[in-house]
Amino acid sequence: MDFLNAIILLLNYIFVPALAYGSQLALGAIFVTLIYGILRFANFATGDMMSFGTMFTILFTWYFQSVGIGLGLLPTALLAIPFAIIFMIGYMLLIDKFVFKYYRVNKSPPVQLAMVSIGVMFVTQAVVRIIIGPSDRRFFDGEKFLIKAGEFKDITGLNEGLAIKSTQVITILVTVVLVSTLFWFLNKTKTGKSMRAYSDNEDLALLSGIDPKKIVMITWIIAGILATIGGALYGLDKSFKPFTYFNNMLPIFAAAIVGGIGNPFGAFLGGYVIAFSEILLTYAYKKFFMYVLPESMAPDGLIQLLSTDYKFAVSFSILVIVLLYRPSGIFKGKVL
Amino acid sequence: MRKNLNVIAAYSIMMGLIILVGIFQSWNIALSIFNLCLISAVMTMGANIQWGYAGLINFGIMGYTALGGLAAVLISVNPVQEAWSAGGLNILFSLFLIIGMVLAIRYVLNKYEKSKTRTYIIASIIILGIIIIRFVSEPGIEAIEEVDPAKTGFLGGFGLPIIFSWIVGALFAGGLAFVIGKVALGLRADYLAIATLLISEIVIAIIKHEDWLTRGVKNVIGLKRPAPYEVNLQQTEWFINLVEKFNASKLSLISDLTERQATLNQFVIEGSSIFVKLCYSGLFLVVVVILLILTQKALYSPWGRMMRAIRDNEEAANAMGKNVVKQHLLIFVLGSAIVGIAGAMLVTQDGLFTPGSYRPMRYTFLIWVMVIVGGSGNNFGAILGGFVVWFLWIEAAPIGLYLVNLTTAGLDDTHFLKVHLIESVPYFRFLMMGMGLLLIMRYRPRGILPEKIEIK
Repeated sequence: MDFLNAIILLLNYIFVPALAYGSQLALGAIFVTLIYGILRFANFATGDMMSFGTMFTILFTWYFQSVGIGLGLLPTALLAIPFAIIFMIGYMLLIDKFVFKYYRVNKSPPVQLAMVSIGVMFVTQAVVRIIIGPSDRRFFDGEKFLIKAGEFKDITGLNEGLAIKSTQVITILVTVVLVSTLFWFLNKTKTGKSMRAYSDNEDLALLSGIDPKKIVMITWIIAGILATIGGALYGLDKSFKPFTYFNNMLPIFAAAIVGGIGNPFGAFLGGYVIAFSEILLTYAYKKFFMYVLPESMAPDGLIQLLSTDYKFAVSFSILVIVLLYRPSGIFKGKVL
Repeated sequence: MRKNLNVIAAYSIMMGLIILVGIFQSWNIALSIFNLCLISAVMTMGANIQWGYAGLINFGIMGYTALGGLAAVLISVNPVQEAWSAGGLNILFSLFLIIGMVLAIRYVLNKYEKSKTRTYIIASIIILGIIIIRFVSEPGIEAIEEVDPAKTGFLGGFGLPIIFSWIVGALFAGGLAFVIGKVALGLRADYLAIATLLISEIVIAIIKHEDWLTRGVKNVIGLKRPAPYEVNLQQTEWFINLVEKFNASKLSLISDLTERQATLNQFVIEGSSIFVKLCYSGLFLVVVVILLILTQKALYSPWGRMMRAIRDNEEAANAMGKNVVKQHLLIFVLGSAIVGIAGAMLVTQDGLFTPGSYRPMRYTFLIWVMVIVGGSGNNFGAILGGFVVWFLWIEAAPIGLYLVNLTTAGLDDTHFLKVHLIESVPYFRFLMMGMGLLLIMRYRPRGILPEKIEIK
């Protein structure tokens, strides 16, 4: 019984939250890695692009709520996401046309493109803050919990409850669907294959008649979808605040590099590596050991490897270690 | 003279703008802008050494700034005796343990060939060390943080004049840069950028949460000053006389004696804060000028030529027998040390240390905008960038407000769009910085004052 309790405890406080957080990071990391693989620069505007997409999701959610359209138990935001994606893609293509295209055509070094992306970051941040403001916003509606801790206790008769938020389930489901579609697209369709060819060897791809303009456009479209959904899911699960989104750029970068930059599957797994290590290392295991160990050996302290203040530091330390010992990432991306 | 005309013109325009702020807004505002411009200039000089001279991207400026600030606290605050007696021993012992750990790792690194076993040994040393250190330091940290937490709750510093911290800040930042450089300088440009950005976040996390050392988010306030205090100035004879002399013409217009005394008091209060700011300006100017002379000398020295050679063609420089790795490390440390000075100067001027205020937007990316806009590789350009960008950063809100009022002049004052836009005026600075950066990158990629190298 105690053993079961211990497992439920870990599920409730580590596994489920880390899976949801990891999915959100994974979407962002695939975004970073696609841009890096095909457009060949580190996009420092990642977090702000995600907040831009989320902002439109929120605006449409408010609109739907005001006219009384909803999805019942599901959050209205799910209905708003497709509309937000359209605006997001428009914004991305606009930025590409007026900003990034010039440097791509001139074959500027990646560093210059990274600097330009900082300019885009500033502008996007300003636009988001001017339109929706810098404050913390929650736009979740519908049924909050799939399983409530109390109900779970009543049904199973255990001491530990398991609470599963509906946003966590939605996040995981949407991620699975989206990522599998993406991998199917990249591996099976002709356009996807030409994208990978372009990423691997640009000159060879051009020689075999692949249209770079089309590739770039499709990359931005996929990036727009990923950024909006990733951002909206994070916002649904936690809350929307432009500053947090900007900060999320850092673990997302860590996930992309840990997974091997330029490798979408690596980025996907990298998201979970980062999320699980952040939560595993900062969780206080006191209660867990109280269940597992006999009473006489019960621990005094919190048995916490690192205080939760260092959550971000964990992912960055992993990144630094990976950069040092395996610069191409755990799952072999491009060699740095 | 002629070829420096654009430099002189650019600087005169900048000074003119600051003077205009002084005339139209107030001299107090103008001087505080000027002081922060000077600090920004020091930061940009540091970043410019790394990026302009050597082509190294360092997105960790925030971390070095914060370390400089930490130096200001550790140097100037008086030691907290109770805290030292409560947990000082544990902390010192942990410090020895850390040194021992580093020595042990070095020993293993030198003694054994590179192998899996060596990696495992090092990993186990680190893990064991961390566990022991936690056991030793934890009671000490708890005891220290319990000493009058509302006022101190930390070890305090050395109680020395705060000016020393400018040098110590440079040492701190340089030391950190040495460690980071050893680890990360082999990476390709954009990875170096990401790695340094993340490392600086770790530094901030540590400063924010190690309360026994820095008081963390509780902030350290009331640091000592190198300049006189306003309150003391207002009661000093010679200062009041000075203010009286300055405003003699205005004062003579007032005939009533008590009224005249009241106006004089007003002038003295205003003057004292201007005087204090002027003191800071003088101190900062000295630093800027010294650094400018040094960096200019370095730029035109054989060493500067070598750095440019390394920047422009690493392989060729390597083939000519230049030690690229060593030079990169050197310049990384030097540039970061300069940023550390700026960090200490900043805390000195503010008189308080607020770890929560270190954000990458303000302390990393803004500095980069300054370097790019001003002109990388050119020290005068970098300083100008610091001035221009900081000026716009502060004045963006009034300019934005003016523009909003102008464009929405036809709308009613309570119209929701106008109200919303006026509320979001502070964010126009981000828009301005972003647009400025994008335009400069596109149409004048080498900055306002581009790099110009003549070998004399």
